[in-house]
Amino acid sequence: MKKSLPLLIILALLLILPLIGLSTYALHILVLVIMWSTIGMGWNVLGGYCGQVSFGHAAFFGMGAYTAGLLYFHLGISAWWGLLACIPVLTVTSLVIGYICLRLRGAYFALATLALGEVLRVTAENLVKFTQGDLGILIKQRTWVEKTWFYYIILLVAIGTFLLVKKVIESKLGYYFVAIREDQDAAESMGIDTTLYKTIALCLSGTLTGMAGAFYMNYMGYIDPTVVFPLYDISIVTVMVVMIGGVATYWGPAIGAVIMVFLAEVIRSMPKIGAAHQTLFGILLIFIIIFLPNGIAGDYRKLLRPFRPKGASS
Amino acid sequence: MSLLEIRNVSKHFGGLAALTNVTYEVNKGEILGLIGPNGAGKTTLFNVVNGFYPPTEGEVFFKGEKVSHLKPHQICKRGMGRTFQVVRPLQRMTTLDNVIASAFLRAKSKAEATTMAFESLQFTGLYEDRNAVSKGLPLGKRKKLEITRALATQPEMLLLDESFAGLNPSEQNDLVEIIRKVKGRGITIMVIEHHMKVIMSISDRIVVLNYGEKIAEGNPKEIGNNPLVIEAYLGEAIDA
Repeated sequence: MKKSLPLLIILALLLILPLIGLSTYALHILVLVIMWSTIGMGWNVLGGYCGQVSFGHAAFFGMGAYTAGLLYFHLGISAWWGLLACIPVLTVTSLVIGYICLRLRGAYFALATLALGEVLRVTAENLVKFTQGDLGILIKQRTWVEKTWFYYIILLVAIGTFLLVKKVIESKLGYYFVAIREDQDAAESMGIDTTLYKTIALCLSGTLTGMAGAFYMNYMGYIDPTVVFPLYDISIVTVMVVMIGGVATYWGPAIGAVIMVFLAEVIRSMPKIGAAHQTLFGILLIFIIIFLPNGIAGDYRKLLRPFRPKGASS
Repeated sequence: MSLLEIRNVSKHFGGLAALTNVTYEVNKGEILGLIGPNGAGKTTLFNVVNGFYPPTEGEVFFKGEKVSHLKPHQICKRGMGRTFQVVRPLQRMTTLDNVIASAFLRAKSKAEATTMAFESLQFTGLYEDRNAVSKGLPLGKRKKLEITRALATQPEMLLLDESFAGLNPSEQNDLVEIIRKVKGRGITIMVIEHHMKVIMSISDRIVVLNYGEKIAEGNPKEIGNNPLVIEAYLGEAIDA
Protein backbone atom coordinates (compact mmCIF):
# COMPACT_ATOMS: atom_id res chain seq x y z
CA MET A 1 0.00 0.00 0.00
CA LYS A 2 2.83 2.32 0.95
CA LYS A 3 4.49 1.68 -2.37
CA SER A 4 1.48 2.71 -4.41
CA LEU A 5 1.00 5.96 -2.47
CA PRO A 6 2.90 8.21 -4.91
CA LEU A 7 0.93 6.55 -7.69
CA LEU A 8 -2.36 7.43 -6.01
CA ILE A 9 -1.28 11.01 -5.38
CA ILE A 10 -0.34 11.48 -9.03
CA LEU A 11 -3.61 9.90 -10.07
CA ALA A 12 -5.62 12.20 -7.78
CA LEU A 13 -3.78 15.25 -9.11
CA LEU A 14 -4.46 14.20 -12.69
CA LEU A 15 -8.12 13.67 -11.89
CA ILE A 16 -8.71 17.12 -10.40
CA LEU A 17 -6.54 19.03 -12.87
CA PRO A 18 -9.31 19.89 -15.35
CA LEU A 19 -11.54 21.09 -12.51
CA ILE A 20 -9.30 23.95 -11.44
CA GLY A 21 -10.20 26.07 -14.40
CA LEU A 22 -7.31 25.60 -16.80
CA SER A 23 -7.42 27.37 -20.11
CA THR A 24 -8.42 25.39 -23.18
CA TYR A 25 -4.85 25.64 -24.42
CA ALA A 26 -3.38 24.23 -21.19
CA LEU A 27 -5.85 21.38 -21.26
CA HIS A 28 -4.95 20.69 -24.88
CA ILE A 29 -1.28 20.41 -23.91
CA LEU A 30 -2.20 18.01 -21.10
CA VAL A 31 -4.21 15.84 -23.46
CA LEU A 32 -1.25 15.69 -25.83
CA VAL A 33 1.13 14.80 -23.00
CA ILE A 34 -1.09 11.93 -21.86
CA MET A 35 -1.59 10.71 -25.43
CA TRP A 36 2.16 10.69 -26.03
CA SER A 37 2.70 8.85 -22.75
CA THR A 38 0.37 6.14 -24.02
CA ILE A 39 2.21 5.88 -27.33
CA GLY A 40 5.52 5.82 -25.48
CA MET A 41 4.36 3.07 -23.14
CA GLY A 42 3.23 1.07 -26.15
CA TRP A 43 6.56 1.52 -27.90
CA ASN A 44 8.40 0.66 -24.70
CA VAL A 45 6.92 -2.86 -24.63
CA LEU A 46 8.49 -3.72 -27.97
CA GLY A 47 11.50 -1.40 -28.14
CA GLY A 48 12.37 -1.01 -24.48
CA TYR A 49 11.67 -4.37 -22.89
CA CYS A 50 11.84 -6.73 -25.86
CA GLY A 51 14.68 -4.80 -27.49
CA GLN A 52 13.14 -4.67 -30.96
CA VAL A 53 13.61 -1.00 -31.80
CA SER A 54 10.91 0.28 -34.12
CA PHE A 55 11.19 3.42 -36.18
CA GLY A 56 7.75 2.93 -37.64
CA HIS A 57 5.25 3.29 -34.84
CA ALA A 58 3.44 5.85 -36.94
CA ALA A 59 2.19 2.80 -38.83
CA PHE A 60 0.29 1.61 -35.75
CA PHE A 61 -0.77 5.10 -34.72
CA GLY A 62 -2.10 5.79 -38.20
CA MET A 63 -3.82 2.43 -38.48
CA GLY A 64 -5.63 3.15 -35.21
CA ALA A 65 -6.61 6.63 -36.36
CA TYR A 66 -7.84 5.37 -39.72
CA THR A 67 -9.74 2.50 -38.08
CA ALA A 68 -11.73 5.06 -36.12
CA GLY A 69 -12.04 7.46 -39.04
CA LEU A 70 -13.15 4.86 -41.57
CA LEU A 71 -15.75 3.40 -39.21
CA TYR A 72 -17.29 6.84 -39.02
CA PHE A 73 -16.85 7.60 -42.70
CA HIS A 74 -18.12 4.34 -44.19
CA LEU A 75 -20.51 3.00 -41.58
CA GLY A 76 -21.64 6.27 -40.11
CA ILE A 77 -21.15 5.12 -36.52
CA SER A 78 -19.35 7.10 -33.87
CA ALA A 79 -15.60 7.18 -34.29
CA TRP A 80 -15.33 6.31 -30.60
CA TRP A 81 -16.00 2.71 -31.58
CA GLY A 82 -12.55 2.90 -33.12
CA LEU A 83 -11.05 2.65 -29.64
CA LEU A 84 -12.47 -0.88 -29.38
CA ALA A 85 -12.32 -1.81 -33.06
CA CYS A 86 -8.63 -1.01 -33.28
CA ILE A 87 -7.83 -3.85 -30.87
CA PRO A 88 -8.65 -6.66 -33.34
CA VAL A 89 -7.56 -4.57 -36.35
CA LEU A 90 -4.16 -3.75 -34.86
CA THR A 91 -3.65 -7.28 -33.57
CA VAL A 92 -4.12 -8.69 -37.06
CA THR A 93 -1.97 -5.95 -38.60
CA SER A 94 0.76 -6.63 -36.04
CA LEU A 95 0.65 -10.35 -36.81
CA VAL A 96 1.16 -9.67 -40.50
CA ILE A 97 3.90 -7.10 -39.86
CA GLY A 98 5.53 -9.39 -37.32
CA TYR A 99 5.53 -12.32 -39.72
CA ILE A 100 7.43 -10.21 -42.23
CA CYS A 101 9.67 -8.06 -40.03
CA LEU A 102 10.44 -10.07 -36.90
CA ARG A 103 12.68 -12.52 -38.70
CA LEU A 104 15.06 -9.57 -39.04
CA ARG A 105 17.32 -8.64 -36.19
CA GLY A 106 18.62 -5.39 -34.74
CA ALA A 107 19.17 -2.59 -37.23
CA TYR A 108 17.48 -4.55 -40.02
CA PHE A 109 14.28 -4.76 -38.03
CA ALA A 110 14.50 -1.02 -37.32
CA LEU A 111 14.91 -0.32 -41.05
CA ALA A 112 12.01 -2.57 -41.98
CA THR A 113 9.70 -0.78 -39.54
CA LEU A 114 10.94 2.56 -40.81
CA ALA A 115 9.87 1.57 -44.30
CA LEU A 116 6.58 0.28 -42.97
CA GLY A 117 5.31 3.66 -41.79
CA GLU A 118 6.16 5.16 -45.15
CA VAL A 119 4.51 2.31 -47.05
CA LEU A 120 1.28 2.80 -45.12
CA ARG A 121 1.36 6.55 -45.66
CA VAL A 122 1.71 6.17 -49.40
CA THR A 123 -0.97 3.48 -49.41
CA ALA A 124 -3.39 5.70 -47.51
CA GLU A 125 -2.66 8.54 -49.93
CA ASN A 126 -3.41 6.40 -52.95
CA LEU A 127 -6.44 4.37 -51.86
CA VAL A 128 -8.50 7.43 -52.59
CA LYS A 129 -11.85 5.64 -52.77
CA PHE A 130 -11.38 3.98 -49.40
CA THR A 131 -9.50 6.59 -47.39
CA GLN A 132 -10.24 9.82 -49.25
CA GLY A 133 -6.51 10.10 -49.94
CA ASP A 134 -4.95 13.48 -49.19
CA LEU A 135 -8.37 15.00 -48.58
CA GLY A 136 -8.35 13.18 -45.27
CA ILE A 137 -11.26 12.33 -43.04
CA LEU A 138 -13.21 14.96 -41.19
CA ILE A 139 -15.62 14.26 -38.37
CA LYS A 140 -18.33 16.81 -39.04
CA GLN A 141 -20.01 16.66 -35.68
CA ARG A 142 -17.54 16.76 -32.81
CA THR A 143 -18.60 14.88 -29.70
CA TRP A 144 -17.74 17.70 -27.31
CA VAL A 145 -16.54 21.22 -27.82
CA GLU A 146 -15.08 21.23 -24.34
CA LYS A 147 -11.86 19.31 -23.85
CA THR A 148 -12.60 17.98 -20.36
CA TRP A 149 -14.14 14.71 -21.47
CA PHE A 150 -11.40 14.08 -23.99
CA TYR A 151 -8.97 14.58 -21.15
CA TYR A 152 -10.68 12.00 -18.96
CA ILE A 153 -10.97 9.47 -21.77
CA ILE A 154 -7.30 9.59 -22.72
CA LEU A 155 -6.40 9.57 -19.02
CA LEU A 156 -8.40 6.36 -18.66
CA VAL A 157 -6.66 4.83 -21.67
CA ALA A 158 -3.26 5.87 -20.31
CA ILE A 159 -3.92 4.48 -16.83
CA GLY A 160 -5.17 1.24 -18.33
CA THR A 161 -2.05 1.06 -20.49
CA PHE A 162 0.22 1.76 -17.51
CA LEU A 163 -1.35 -0.96 -15.38
CA LEU A 164 -1.42 -3.46 -18.25
CA VAL A 165 2.23 -2.87 -19.14
CA LYS A 166 3.25 -3.13 -15.47
CA LYS A 167 1.32 -6.37 -15.08
CA VAL A 168 2.81 -7.85 -18.27
CA ILE A 169 6.38 -6.84 -17.49
CA GLU A 170 6.24 -8.34 -14.00
CA SER A 171 4.96 -11.65 -15.37
CA LYS A 172 6.60 -14.44 -17.33
CA LEU A 173 6.13 -12.39 -20.49
CA GLY A 174 8.26 -9.57 -19.08
CA TYR A 175 11.09 -11.93 -18.18
CA TYR A 176 10.95 -13.45 -21.64
CA PHE A 177 10.89 -10.05 -23.37
CA VAL A 178 13.97 -8.89 -21.47
CA ALA A 179 15.74 -12.22 -22.04
CA ILE A 180 15.18 -11.80 -25.79
CA ARG A 181 16.50 -8.23 -25.62
CA GLU A 182 19.65 -9.26 -23.79
CA ASP A 183 20.56 -12.26 -25.97
CA GLN A 184 18.26 -13.84 -28.48
CA ASP A 185 20.32 -17.02 -28.97
CA ALA A 186 20.74 -17.57 -25.25
CA ALA A 187 16.99 -17.04 -24.86
CA GLU A 188 16.30 -19.68 -27.52
CA SER A 189 18.49 -22.19 -25.76
CA MET A 190 16.66 -21.44 -22.50
CA GLY A 191 13.52 -22.76 -24.16
CA ILE A 192 12.02 -19.40 -25.11
CA ASP A 193 10.16 -19.36 -28.41
CA THR A 194 11.67 -16.04 -29.44
CA THR A 195 9.54 -15.61 -32.56
CA LEU A 196 6.32 -16.15 -30.60
CA TYR A 197 7.22 -13.79 -27.76
CA LYS A 198 8.49 -11.10 -30.08
CA THR A 199 5.19 -11.33 -31.94
CA ILE A 200 3.27 -11.00 -28.67
CA ALA A 201 5.31 -7.90 -27.78
CA LEU A 202 4.62 -6.43 -31.20
CA CYS A 203 0.86 -7.08 -30.98
CA LEU A 204 0.64 -5.51 -27.55
CA SER A 205 2.79 -2.55 -28.56
CA GLY A 206 0.94 -2.00 -31.84
CA THR A 207 -2.48 -2.22 -30.24
CA LEU A 208 -1.69 0.27 -27.47
CA THR A 209 -0.25 2.71 -29.98
CA GLY A 210 -3.27 2.19 -32.22
CA MET A 211 -5.63 3.06 -29.39
CA ALA A 212 -3.83 6.38 -28.99
CA GLY A 213 -4.30 6.85 -32.73
CA ALA A 214 -8.02 6.13 -32.51
CA PHE A 215 -8.29 8.67 -29.71
CA TYR A 216 -6.41 11.21 -31.83
CA MET A 217 -9.00 10.84 -34.62
CA ASN A 218 -11.79 11.62 -32.19
CA TYR A 219 -9.92 14.40 -30.48
CA MET A 220 -8.67 16.32 -33.48
CA GLY A 221 -11.67 15.53 -35.66
CA TYR A 222 -9.51 15.49 -38.78
CA ILE A 223 -6.79 13.20 -40.10
CA ASP A 224 -4.95 12.78 -43.35
CA PRO A 225 -2.04 10.49 -44.24
CA THR A 226 0.67 13.08 -43.61
CA VAL A 227 -0.74 13.86 -40.18
CA VAL A 228 -0.95 10.31 -38.79
CA PHE A 229 1.73 8.40 -40.73
CA PRO A 230 4.69 10.81 -40.71
CA LEU A 231 8.18 9.58 -40.03
CA TYR A 232 9.43 12.62 -38.05
CA ASP A 233 6.40 13.85 -36.22
CA ILE A 234 5.20 10.46 -34.98
CA SER A 235 7.73 7.64 -35.43
CA ILE A 236 10.86 9.53 -34.44
CA VAL A 237 9.13 11.53 -31.72
CA THR A 238 7.87 8.25 -30.22
CA VAL A 239 11.42 6.94 -30.00
CA MET A 240 12.57 10.24 -28.50
CA VAL A 241 9.81 10.31 -25.89
CA VAL A 242 10.97 6.95 -24.57
CA MET A 243 14.70 7.60 -24.93
CA ILE A 244 14.54 10.91 -23.10
CA GLY A 245 12.22 9.61 -20.42
CA GLY A 246 13.93 6.28 -19.92
CA VAL A 247 13.93 3.10 -21.97
CA ALA A 248 12.40 0.09 -20.22
CA THR A 249 11.15 2.06 -17.23
CA TYR A 250 7.53 2.43 -16.10
CA TRP A 251 7.61 6.22 -15.77
CA GLY A 252 10.01 6.98 -18.61
CA PRO A 253 7.39 7.43 -21.33
CA ALA A 254 5.34 9.83 -19.18
CA ILE A 255 8.40 11.92 -18.27
CA GLY A 256 9.54 11.92 -21.88
CA ALA A 257 6.08 12.93 -23.09
CA VAL A 258 5.99 15.93 -20.73
CA ILE A 259 9.38 17.12 -21.93
CA MET A 260 8.78 16.52 -25.62
CA VAL A 261 5.34 18.11 -25.77
CA PHE A 262 6.39 21.17 -23.77
CA LEU A 263 9.57 21.52 -25.75
CA ALA A 264 7.71 21.27 -29.05
CA GLU A 265 5.32 24.00 -27.91
CA VAL A 266 8.08 26.28 -26.64
CA ILE A 267 10.21 25.89 -29.73
CA ARG A 268 7.25 26.40 -32.02
CA SER A 269 6.43 29.72 -30.36
CA MET A 270 9.94 31.04 -30.84
CA PRO A 271 10.27 33.33 -33.84
CA LYS A 272 12.56 32.11 -36.62
CA ILE A 273 13.90 29.09 -34.68
CA GLY A 274 10.45 27.50 -34.69
CA ALA A 275 10.90 25.81 -38.03
CA ALA A 276 14.12 24.18 -36.84
CA HIS A 277 12.51 22.09 -34.12
CA GLN A 278 13.71 18.84 -35.69
CA THR A 279 17.31 20.07 -35.55
CA LEU A 280 16.91 20.99 -31.91
CA PHE A 281 15.34 17.62 -31.12
CA GLY A 282 18.29 15.95 -32.80
CA ILE A 283 20.77 17.88 -30.68
CA LEU A 284 18.80 17.05 -27.56
CA LEU A 285 18.84 13.36 -28.47
CA ILE A 286 22.63 13.41 -28.90
CA PHE A 287 23.01 14.93 -25.43
CA ILE A 288 20.68 12.37 -23.89
CA ILE A 289 22.51 9.45 -25.50
CA ILE A 290 25.90 10.72 -24.31
CA PHE A 291 25.05 11.88 -20.80
CA LEU A 292 21.89 9.99 -19.81
CA PRO A 293 21.89 6.78 -21.86
CA ASN A 294 19.16 5.33 -19.65
CA GLY A 295 16.97 8.42 -19.92
CA ILE A 296 15.77 10.62 -17.10
CA ALA A 297 13.89 7.90 -15.25
CA GLY A 298 16.84 5.52 -15.57
CA ASP A 299 19.61 7.95 -14.71
CA TYR A 300 17.87 10.31 -12.29
CA ARG A 301 20.55 9.62 -9.68
CA LYS A 302 23.11 11.10 -12.07
CA LEU A 303 20.94 14.19 -12.45
CA LEU A 304 20.73 14.65 -8.70
CA ARG A 305 24.48 14.32 -8.17
CA PRO A 306 25.34 18.07 -8.46
CA PHE A 307 22.80 18.84 -5.74
CA ARG A 308 24.21 16.42 -3.21
CA PRO A 309 26.56 17.54 -0.44
CA LYS A 310 30.17 16.85 -1.32
CA GLY A 311 31.53 13.51 -0.21
CA ALA A 312 28.17 11.76 -0.16
CA SER A 313 28.37 8.53 -2.12
CA SER A 314 25.69 7.40 -4.47
CA MET B 1 20.24 -47.27 -23.21
CA SER B 2 21.02 -44.35 -25.44
CA LEU B 3 19.47 -40.99 -24.66
CA LEU B 4 20.97 -39.13 -27.58
CA GLU B 5 21.77 -40.65 -30.91
CA ILE B 6 23.76 -38.84 -33.56
CA ARG B 7 23.39 -40.67 -36.83
CA ASN B 8 25.56 -39.93 -39.89
CA VAL B 9 25.50 -36.19 -39.23
CA SER B 10 27.24 -33.93 -41.72
CA LYS B 11 27.23 -30.15 -41.70
CA HIS B 12 28.53 -28.07 -44.57
CA PHE B 13 28.93 -24.32 -44.62
CA GLY B 14 29.10 -23.59 -48.33
CA GLY B 15 32.08 -25.61 -49.51
CA LEU B 16 33.44 -26.19 -46.02
CA ALA B 17 32.65 -29.55 -44.43
CA ALA B 18 32.57 -28.75 -40.72
CA LEU B 19 31.24 -32.21 -39.84
CA THR B 20 31.43 -35.36 -41.94
CA ASN B 21 29.38 -38.42 -41.21
CA VAL B 22 29.58 -38.32 -37.42
CA THR B 23 27.83 -41.17 -35.63
CA TYR B 24 27.76 -41.95 -31.93
CA GLU B 25 25.42 -42.38 -29.00
CA VAL B 26 25.27 -40.88 -25.55
CA ASN B 27 23.98 -43.26 -22.90
CA LYS B 28 21.57 -42.26 -20.19
CA GLY B 29 23.33 -41.10 -17.04
CA GLU B 30 26.88 -40.92 -18.36
CA ILE B 31 29.29 -38.08 -18.91
CA LEU B 32 30.56 -38.09 -22.45
CA GLY B 33 33.59 -35.96 -23.25
CA LEU B 34 33.87 -34.48 -26.73
CA ILE B 35 37.44 -33.49 -27.57
CA GLY B 36 39.48 -32.55 -30.59
CA PRO B 37 41.95 -29.92 -31.78
CA ASN B 38 40.78 -26.37 -32.54
CA GLY B 39 38.39 -26.24 -35.47
CA ALA B 40 37.53 -29.92 -35.23
CA GLY B 41 33.81 -29.18 -35.29
CA LYS B 42 32.92 -29.72 -31.64
CA THR B 43 30.88 -26.57 -31.18
CA THR B 44 29.29 -27.05 -34.60
CA LEU B 45 28.15 -30.48 -33.46
CA PHE B 46 26.67 -28.91 -30.32
CA ASN B 47 24.85 -26.37 -32.45
CA VAL B 48 23.42 -29.14 -34.60
CA VAL B 49 22.33 -31.23 -31.59
CA ASN B 50 20.90 -28.15 -29.88
CA GLY B 51 18.99 -27.06 -32.99
CA PHE B 52 20.80 -23.86 -33.95
CA TYR B 53 21.81 -25.42 -37.27
CA PRO B 54 19.91 -28.06 -39.19
CA PRO B 55 22.31 -30.84 -40.23
CA THR B 56 23.14 -30.95 -43.95
CA GLU B 57 22.79 -34.72 -43.82
CA GLY B 58 21.96 -37.22 -41.12
CA GLU B 59 19.70 -37.15 -38.11
CA VAL B 60 19.73 -36.55 -34.38
CA PHE B 61 17.46 -38.53 -32.08
CA PHE B 62 16.74 -37.46 -28.49
CA LYS B 63 14.80 -39.90 -26.30
CA GLY B 64 13.95 -41.83 -29.45
CA GLU B 65 12.42 -38.80 -31.14
CA LYS B 66 13.94 -37.17 -34.18
CA VAL B 67 14.94 -33.66 -33.13
CA SER B 68 17.05 -32.47 -36.04
CA HIS B 69 15.11 -29.67 -37.82
CA LEU B 70 13.44 -28.67 -34.55
CA LYS B 71 14.23 -25.20 -33.16
CA PRO B 72 16.45 -24.74 -30.08
CA HIS B 73 13.53 -23.77 -27.83
CA GLN B 74 11.61 -26.89 -28.85
CA ILE B 75 14.62 -29.08 -28.13
CA CYS B 76 15.09 -27.34 -24.80
CA LYS B 77 11.46 -28.01 -23.95
CA ARG B 78 12.11 -31.72 -24.58
CA GLY B 79 14.77 -31.70 -21.90
CA MET B 80 18.09 -30.54 -23.28
CA GLY B 81 19.94 -27.60 -21.76
CA ARG B 82 23.15 -26.05 -23.00
CA THR B 83 25.83 -23.54 -22.12
CA PHE B 84 27.87 -21.42 -24.50
CA GLN B 85 31.61 -21.41 -25.02
CA VAL B 86 31.63 -17.63 -24.90
CA VAL B 87 29.41 -16.95 -21.90
CA ARG B 88 26.14 -15.29 -22.75
CA PRO B 89 24.51 -14.07 -19.57
CA LEU B 90 21.48 -11.83 -19.93
CA GLN B 91 23.72 -8.93 -19.06
CA ARG B 92 21.53 -6.28 -17.59
CA MET B 93 19.51 -8.72 -15.52
CA THR B 94 20.48 -9.86 -12.04
CA THR B 95 21.74 -13.39 -11.54
CA LEU B 96 18.43 -14.35 -9.98
CA ASP B 97 16.39 -12.88 -12.85
CA ASN B 98 18.53 -14.77 -15.35
CA VAL B 99 17.66 -18.02 -13.66
CA ILE B 100 14.00 -17.11 -13.12
CA ALA B 101 13.61 -16.37 -16.83
CA SER B 102 14.97 -19.84 -17.49
CA ALA B 103 12.86 -21.55 -14.83
CA PHE B 104 9.65 -20.19 -16.38
CA LEU B 105 9.97 -22.95 -18.98
CA ARG B 106 8.55 -25.47 -16.49
CA ALA B 107 7.03 -23.19 -13.85
CA LYS B 108 3.40 -22.21 -13.92
CA SER B 109 3.68 -19.12 -11.76
CA LYS B 110 6.29 -16.57 -10.85
CA ALA B 111 6.40 -17.92 -7.30
CA GLU B 112 7.14 -21.40 -8.59
CA ALA B 113 9.79 -20.07 -10.99
CA THR B 114 11.44 -18.17 -8.14
CA THR B 115 11.50 -21.29 -5.94
CA MET B 116 13.04 -23.30 -8.76
CA ALA B 117 15.59 -20.56 -9.40
CA PHE B 118 16.59 -20.43 -5.71
CA GLU B 119 17.00 -24.17 -5.71
CA SER B 120 19.25 -24.12 -8.81
CA LEU B 121 21.30 -21.22 -7.43
CA GLN B 122 21.90 -23.07 -4.18
CA PHE B 123 22.84 -26.19 -6.10
CA THR B 124 25.63 -24.45 -8.01
CA GLY B 125 26.64 -22.16 -5.15
CA LEU B 126 25.63 -18.88 -6.76
CA TYR B 127 22.95 -18.09 -4.19
CA GLU B 128 25.07 -15.41 -2.50
CA ASP B 129 25.45 -13.59 -5.82
CA ARG B 130 21.76 -13.67 -6.70
CA ASN B 131 21.28 -9.92 -6.61
CA ALA B 132 24.39 -9.03 -8.58
CA VAL B 133 23.92 -7.77 -12.13
CA SER B 134 25.26 -10.59 -14.27
CA LYS B 135 27.42 -8.29 -16.40
CA GLY B 136 29.55 -7.55 -13.34
CA LEU B 137 30.18 -11.15 -12.27
CA PRO B 138 33.70 -12.55 -12.68
CA LEU B 139 34.18 -15.11 -15.45
CA GLY B 140 34.11 -18.12 -13.14
CA LYS B 141 30.73 -17.11 -11.79
CA ARG B 142 29.39 -16.27 -15.22
CA LYS B 143 30.33 -19.78 -16.35
CA LYS B 144 28.51 -21.14 -13.31
CA LEU B 145 25.54 -18.93 -14.12
CA GLU B 146 25.35 -20.52 -17.57
CA ILE B 147 25.13 -23.93 -15.96
CA THR B 148 22.64 -22.75 -13.34
CA ARG B 149 20.45 -21.30 -16.04
CA ALA B 150 20.57 -24.51 -18.04
CA LEU B 151 19.75 -26.53 -14.92
CA ALA B 152 16.76 -24.33 -14.13
CA THR B 153 15.05 -25.63 -17.27
CA GLN B 154 15.05 -29.05 -15.52
CA PRO B 155 16.93 -30.84 -18.31
CA GLU B 156 17.51 -34.55 -18.72
CA MET B 157 20.63 -33.79 -20.68
CA LEU B 158 23.12 -30.97 -20.42
CA LEU B 159 25.53 -29.81 -23.13
CA LEU B 160 28.51 -28.00 -21.64
CA ASP B 161 30.67 -26.09 -24.10
CA GLU B 162 34.12 -25.43 -22.61
CA SER B 163 32.89 -24.54 -19.18
CA PHE B 164 36.43 -24.83 -17.79
CA ALA B 165 38.23 -22.52 -20.20
CA GLY B 166 39.76 -19.52 -18.49
CA LEU B 167 39.14 -20.74 -14.94
CA ASN B 168 41.78 -20.92 -12.23
CA PRO B 169 42.50 -24.31 -10.59
CA SER B 170 40.26 -23.75 -7.57
CA GLU B 171 37.35 -22.67 -9.79
CA GLN B 172 38.00 -25.74 -11.93
CA ASN B 173 37.82 -28.07 -8.94
CA ASP B 174 34.67 -26.33 -7.85
CA LEU B 175 33.10 -26.91 -11.27
CA VAL B 176 34.17 -30.57 -11.38
CA GLU B 177 32.30 -31.03 -8.10
CA ILE B 178 29.20 -29.37 -9.57
CA ILE B 179 29.33 -31.55 -12.68
CA ARG B 180 29.64 -34.68 -10.54
CA LYS B 181 26.65 -33.50 -8.48
CA VAL B 182 24.67 -32.91 -11.69
CA LYS B 183 25.50 -36.43 -12.80
CA GLY B 184 24.42 -37.66 -9.37
CA ARG B 185 20.96 -36.30 -10.14
CA GLY B 186 20.76 -38.62 -13.13
CA ILE B 187 21.32 -35.89 -15.69
CA THR B 188 23.25 -37.02 -18.75
CA ILE B 189 26.09 -34.70 -19.72
CA MET B 190 27.98 -34.13 -22.95
CA VAL B 191 30.95 -31.87 -22.39
CA ILE B 192 33.41 -30.19 -24.75
CA GLU B 193 36.70 -29.57 -23.06
CA HIS B 194 40.29 -28.78 -23.93
CA HIS B 195 41.59 -29.31 -20.44
CA MET B 196 42.86 -32.91 -20.64
CA LYS B 197 43.23 -33.51 -16.92
CA VAL B 198 39.64 -32.49 -16.34
CA ILE B 199 38.18 -34.41 -19.25
CA MET B 200 40.09 -37.59 -18.42
CA SER B 201 38.94 -37.48 -14.80
CA ILE B 202 35.24 -36.74 -15.28
CA SER B 203 34.33 -38.53 -18.51
CA ASP B 204 32.90 -42.04 -18.63
CA ARG B 205 33.55 -42.17 -22.34
CA ILE B 206 35.24 -39.87 -24.82
CA VAL B 207 34.60 -39.14 -28.49
CA VAL B 208 37.40 -37.50 -30.49
CA LEU B 209 36.77 -35.30 -33.52
CA ASN B 210 39.39 -34.15 -35.99
CA TYR B 211 38.63 -32.14 -39.14
CA GLY B 212 34.94 -32.84 -38.63
CA GLU B 213 35.30 -36.60 -38.50
CA LYS B 214 35.08 -38.93 -35.55
CA ILE B 215 38.49 -40.57 -35.21
CA ALA B 216 38.09 -42.41 -31.92
CA GLU B 217 35.61 -43.38 -29.24
CA GLY B 218 36.18 -45.18 -25.97
CA ASN B 219 36.93 -44.85 -22.27
CA PRO B 220 39.54 -42.28 -21.16
CA LYS B 221 42.32 -44.87 -20.89
CA GLU B 222 41.78 -46.20 -24.42
CA ILE B 223 41.67 -42.68 -25.80
CA GLY B 224 44.88 -41.71 -24.02
CA ASN B 225 46.71 -44.58 -25.72
CA ASN B 226 45.08 -44.29 -29.13
CA PRO B 227 47.79 -43.53 -31.74
CA LEU B 228 45.32 -41.67 -33.98
CA VAL B 229 44.40 -39.32 -31.15
CA ILE B 230 48.01 -38.68 -30.23
CA GLU B 231 48.72 -37.98 -33.87
CA ALA B 232 45.84 -35.52 -34.12
CA TYR B 233 47.05 -33.59 -31.10
CA LEU B 234 50.82 -33.84 -31.44
CA GLY B 235 51.37 -34.44 -35.15
CA GLU B 236 52.75 -37.47 -36.96
CA ALA B 237 55.75 -39.33 -35.65
CA ILE B 238 58.84 -39.01 -37.82
CA ASP B 239 60.04 -42.33 -39.17
CA ALA B 240 63.53 -42.99 -38.05
